[in-house]
Amino acid sequence: MRIALLADIHANREALAACLAHAARQGARRLVFLGDLVGYGADPCWVVETVRARVAGGEAVALLGNHDEAAVSPRGPVGMNPAAAAAIAWTRGRLDAEAAAFLASLPLVVEEEDRLYVHADASAPARWRYVAGTEAARRSLAATAARITLCGHVHVPGLYGLTATDKLVAHRPAAGVAVPLLRPRRWLAVLGAVGQPRDGDPSACYGLLDTGRSELAWMRVPYDVATAAAKIRAAGLPESLAARLERGR
Amino acid sequence: MPGRPRVVAGATIDGFTIGAQIHAGGMATLWEATHPDHPGRPLLMKVPRLREGEDPAAIVGFEMEQMILPRLSGPHVPRFVAAAGFERQPYLVMERILGTSLAARLPSLPLAAEEVAAIGARVAEALDSLHRQAVVHLDVKPSNILFRRGTGEAVLVDFGLARHRLLPDLLEEEFRLPYGSAPYMAPEQAMGVRGEPRSDLFALGAVLYQLKTGMLPFGEPQGLKAVRRRIWRDPLPPRALRPTCPPWLQEIILRCLEVDPARRHPTAAQLAFDLRHPDQVALSPRAEKRGRDGWTAVLRRRFDPKARPVFRRPAEEADAVHAPIVAVAVDVAEQSAAMAQVLRAGLGPIMASLPGARVACINVLDLRRAAPEEGENRHVQRLVALRHWAAPLGLPEGRITYHVLEAADPAQALIEYATANRVDHIVMGARADSLRRRLLGSVSAGVAAHAPCTVTVVRPRGVNAGGAEPGRA
Repeated sequence: MRIALLADIHANREALAACLAHAARQGARRLVFLGDLVGYGADPCWVVETVRARVAGGEAVALLGNHDEAAVSPRGPVGMNPAAAAAIAWTRGRLDAEAAAFLASLPLVVEEEDRLYVHADASAPARWRYVAGTEAARRSLAATAARITLCGHVHVPGLYGLTATDKLVAHRPAAGVAVPLLRPRRWLAVLGAVGQPRDGDPSACYGLLDTGRSELAWMRVPYDVATAAAKIRAAGLPESLAARLERGR
Repeated sequence: MPGRPRVVAGATIDGFTIGAQIHAGGMATLWEATHPDHPGRPLLMKVPRLREGEDPAAIVGFEMEQMILPRLSGPHVPRFVAAAGFERQPYLVMERILGTSLAARLPSLPLAAEEVAAIGARVAEALDSLHRQAVVHLDVKPSNILFRRGTGEAVLVDFGLARHRLLPDLLEEEFRLPYGSAPYMAPEQAMGVRGEPRSDLFALGAVLYQLKTGMLPFGEPQGLKAVRRRIWRDPLPPRALRPTCPPWLQEIILRCLEVDPARRHPTAAQLAFDLRHPDQVALSPRAEKRGRDGWTAVLRRRFDPKARPVFRRPAEEADAVHAPIVAVAVDVAEQSAAMAQVLRAGLGPIMASLPGARVACINVLDLRRAAPEEGENRHVQRLVALRHWAAPLGLPEGRITYHVLEAADPAQALIEYATANRVDHIVMGARADSLRRRLLGSVSAGVAAHAPCTVTVVRPRGVNAGGAEPGRA
């Protein structure tokens, strides 16, 4: 079975629509939304409704991200930079009760067969630490028993493999190349961002996991960046959030 | 966990019936195998050694091969059939190559220069095929080189130390020691650089040295420190050991054995080209070297920090062929000055932007219409004309070669040349609209339709728009 893994959509309708269409053409039968549906972008309602409908239809599972939590928690944005906090404040004013309830209901961790889905570091999912290096990857892998951990949050693709003898390899995945996740190694895959890539490539990134072959590919999908950026500007959100979509950084 | 099936002759694992054991090596055992889904096809099952205390490299090497082999295609690698991981009994099943290993020739060394070049060219072509699939072998040695019975094509086996540029390198972080075969290992590999395609050219150079001289260029060093000696100590030139070794072969071998990868051939295809065209090899002082470098040079290389080579990891993005072989078809007998100019203009930017690119200037002597008055000398005359055409390009010897092909079908001859020589790009002129093109068809259209590579067809502006060139039949 092919599973599409979509992390860090960040209210980017154009990017999500392009990835969903691409994943459908690739034969993805199941969708996993790895958190941060909202924040930064100008289309939180459409994105939440689209994800909610897919989850309700039984074809998808969705996880909680730190921006989703900030958008619905009474505490609001905690420890966020001013642009992110401004976008959260703007988002809170737009989500209806149903969307807010859906976000509030999202789990921090989901386990499915030999896979574990989480937005950030699996060793403390609610602390929202980045898995951006071998030490962080080791910490996250040590905390779970799943053969494959899939997360987002970093907005830059990464892959870490751990042997039974505790040796860790790190790999920078190339676009569109299926990487075999060999047994008996355990793997931690960091997906790139659908809605706000930060690795220098502005195209949307999502993961395509073939469970039968145990292969994961980081797909890159070009989308209408100009429209997504224009909506951010029209909404009066910080200019930096529009500009970084265009740069992919 | 289910019990692990035993690998013994006569046993059946996942439908594969195991036959005789072919080889028991340090890392793995090899078995004959058959499968009802592959009738009449001899298969080979490779089983890693897993006992307590075995070298962990055996396991990682098996994983690397399990990852890389299914992603390779073409005649220069064994075709992948099936694999099983460590959940049960790990194995890898692949096509069994019927043919002989280069190691079988070792008792009959030294070989004649022509045979060394022919073997080297076939191995270099196999390496070119591998490198174009983003894989560096990193363990090129006689026992890992087989030749297919019938076609004689070289097949590279054992990808346990190989590196795939786009996949995780399970070996790099796993081991402190650089793995490889000490007599053939490139100096940068001894320094821990994995992923440099030209490391394979160094190893092939060491193999060619061995084939020509019967000796290993650096002996059989034990331990890493001894292997690293080759960074500052050069080998005895082949001609010092075998005076019959021609200068062109010494030039090629010593260029492969350059310490700095940048001083070797830029690609395996270019090395194959040189080995296929000994008369076109540009000779440097390497060709005439009769002894090893003096002690002052060696001491400087060893102890002067400024002289120490710096080995860099090749850029991850080194995707495109940055050192292409460009073939330019030049119709020296017929073409107009305008066409000659346009052809050069088409070639110039390619050669200027890619310093590793080389150009093969080709003239096809069309046997259907070769003028009899050209006589015996026509071959030489055509070569002279090719050099004259190419002179304004100002390319140094070594980046340009000249070839006259005799053929009844020029398009077919160009395609065959491009295929055999791993040409990346053909540049040629379109024949002016003429009675002959209408009768014979367009050569450039035929080449463009069937060539194994990119084809650029150039044409002086206006030729087809009624401005037919004077003097055309």
